[in-house]
Amino acid sequence: MKKTSLSRREQRTLIRILVSLALFLIVFLTDKIMPGGLGGVFDGAAAWVFPFCLYLIIYLLIGYDVLWRAVRNIAHGQVFDENFLMCVATLGAFALAIYRGTTGQEIEGFDEACAVLLFYQIGEFFQRYATGKSRKSIAALMDIRPDYAFVRRGSEVKKTDPAEVQVGELIVVGPGEKIPLDGIIVRGTSTLDTKALTGESLPRDVSEGDEVISGCVNLTSQIEVRTEKAFYDSTVSKILELVENAAEQKSKAENFITRFARYYTPAVCGIALLLAVVPGLITADWPTWIYRALSFLVVSCPCALVISIPLSFFAGIGAASRYGILVKGSNYLEKFNQANVFVFDKTGTLTRGNFAVTCVAPADRREEILRLAAIAEQGSSHPIARSIVACYGRPAEEGYLLTNIAGEGVRAERDGDVILCGNEKLMAQNGIDVVRETGIGTIIYVAHNGRFVGSLLIADELKPEAKEVIGALSGMNCKTVMLTGDNEAVAENVAGQLGVSEYRASLLPQDKVTQLEDLLARKQPSDAVCFVGDGINDAPVLMRSDIGIAMGGMGSDAAIEASDIVLMKDDLRGIPLAKRIAKKTMAIVRQNIVFSIAVKAAILILSAFGIANMWIAVFGDVGVAVLAILNAMRVNSRYKGAAEQETTTK
Amino acid sequence: MKKVFQLQDLDCANCAAKMERAVAKIDGVREVNVSFLAQRMSIDADEARFEAIMDQVVKTCKKVEPDCTIVR
Repeated sequence: MKKTSLSRREQRTLIRILVSLALFLIVFLTDKIMPGGLGGVFDGAAAWVFPFCLYLIIYLLIGYDVLWRAVRNIAHGQVFDENFLMCVATLGAFALAIYRGTTGQEIEGFDEACAVLLFYQIGEFFQRYATGKSRKSIAALMDIRPDYAFVRRGSEVKKTDPAEVQVGELIVVGPGEKIPLDGIIVRGTSTLDTKALTGESLPRDVSEGDEVISGCVNLTSQIEVRTEKAFYDSTVSKILELVENAAEQKSKAENFITRFARYYTPAVCGIALLLAVVPGLITADWPTWIYRALSFLVVSCPCALVISIPLSFFAGIGAASRYGILVKGSNYLEKFNQANVFVFDKTGTLTRGNFAVTCVAPADRREEILRLAAIAEQGSSHPIARSIVACYGRPAEEGYLLTNIAGEGVRAERDGDVILCGNEKLMAQNGIDVVRETGIGTIIYVAHNGRFVGSLLIADELKPEAKEVIGALSGMNCKTVMLTGDNEAVAENVAGQLGVSEYRASLLPQDKVTQLEDLLARKQPSDAVCFVGDGINDAPVLMRSDIGIAMGGMGSDAAIEASDIVLMKDDLRGIPLAKRIAKKTMAIVRQNIVFSIAVKAAILILSAFGIANMWIAVFGDVGVAVLAILNAMRVNSRYKGAAEQETTTK
Repeated sequence: MKKVFQLQDLDCANCAAKMERAVAKIDGVREVNVSFLAQRMSIDADEARFEAIMDQVVKTCKKVEPDCTIVR
């Protein structure tokens, strides 16, 4: 535990606890070691006064604030207040010890009353420390909030509040500064750190004309950005809003535990009263039964129960945010754990949404085919042509005369060297025999000087991680459904490649909602249907689904608003990862509920029969809380496989 | 109208739940949510009487959890 991470108030409490603990140990050990104990120092009927005074000093030192709060809260009518319950229990224990002393019995019980309060304070301190720590991990996300913006107005650069910057103004962002508003770079080249937003540790290179997202940190050099959005519409504001509201949506588990606590404390206090009075009347052994009732009061404190559940969810949301997965509330994390039907939009979600050369045949002539095709296609701005040039990756040879043959392809000629690049029709026109290809997508044939060289298959490229993710989800017993506007043949092919369990082809954009509703209507009540989309034009579907997941949330504020979980990074692997985090969170939540209630119940039963004493009872309160908190912190541990994701993907 | 307030020194989770229940009973408050972990209280209340309602809220919270202050 580093001292520097504690606030002044916490430090003071810690010192007070340590001093009291030391004093307590000194007195306690002296009492045990000394022949006859501290009670033997003075003789006579008032022998109990000496140890009583020593323990009382320690008691007051450690517990004066608890006593004060108890008095104050009682004045406000808060009967089942934790401080009050602790005071009644410990003061009651003192009273019993004094009773024993005055009636000439063995002098004991002062140490116990003192220790209970001491442990209570230690537990409270640890609770505060742990919650503060996990709160800080979320607060790290709040670090993305930009405090100022440098606006260029005319010739001067002025430091202003980001909220006052208008759309279309020029802002200057120096190295090491946060980008305050979304915009487009008009001057300068730099590297951006997007880690706070996406969990992606690899910096991103940007140059003039590139879009930049607020919340990123400018690393290397100064850039000038023309703002595209006002501060309140900027990505950073949307994310902050989302994170700040995350704790508001309470899960069923949280509601259950607060409701439980509401009845638990009065019930246990009631039983304590009965326990003191009824057997006391019957057996007339008042001290024993009052002591047992006081133990009940110690266990009846509700905070241990109430704190561990939201803390587990909070830790889960925090863990997810570290990987660029924003969850809008604990209820969504709870529901996502049940999600077993995943509906994907094909274009832009499972595929990159752009064209790329996916197959070159024959493969051994790949280089030559690409080189020739790139020469022919270099002049065109058609997506297919561009994908060929991009695939070739080097500057194509120049100096060819390019002739576009509409609906067929391109003819390139230089000094009698003729390249033909186009569809089957073009080849047939020129009397060239081709090896026919039947892949899904656009097939481009390439011929060189009247001889067929090979063909290229150009298709919408699948995301490299798509297959792995579908596999992972199927492994978690989830059904995967692909929705697409493509025709049956393309859909069947893609579905087959990815291994999705179902697909729906030839859908119009508005059909997606109908399809989703169909799935929702067929599901079991315990199931949850998840829709994954890129946030473009699918806001209604995102909203209609049980859990809407938007991909690549950076920059798309509509998607952030409509969805329940946002993957800041355009990487599908966030979905199984989020599912694992949700699963682990829910497992820990369940453990904590069962563990806290079971331990408390066990201690109550044991103390009712006099087997457990007040020392164990105080463990039932703070010990359980501490263990539950430690358990909750496990949610935040590293996730296997996710660490690689942080470093390998670009 | 919905507004979010920062809470200072909200130290116990059960108190947050108690505050929430107490504030919900105030006349004019449509919805209230106290998050112990975020140390925030969001209140949806009658816009015309918002300030008056907030005074009431502050008073109620002082009663339930005197250590905690609402930053207005």
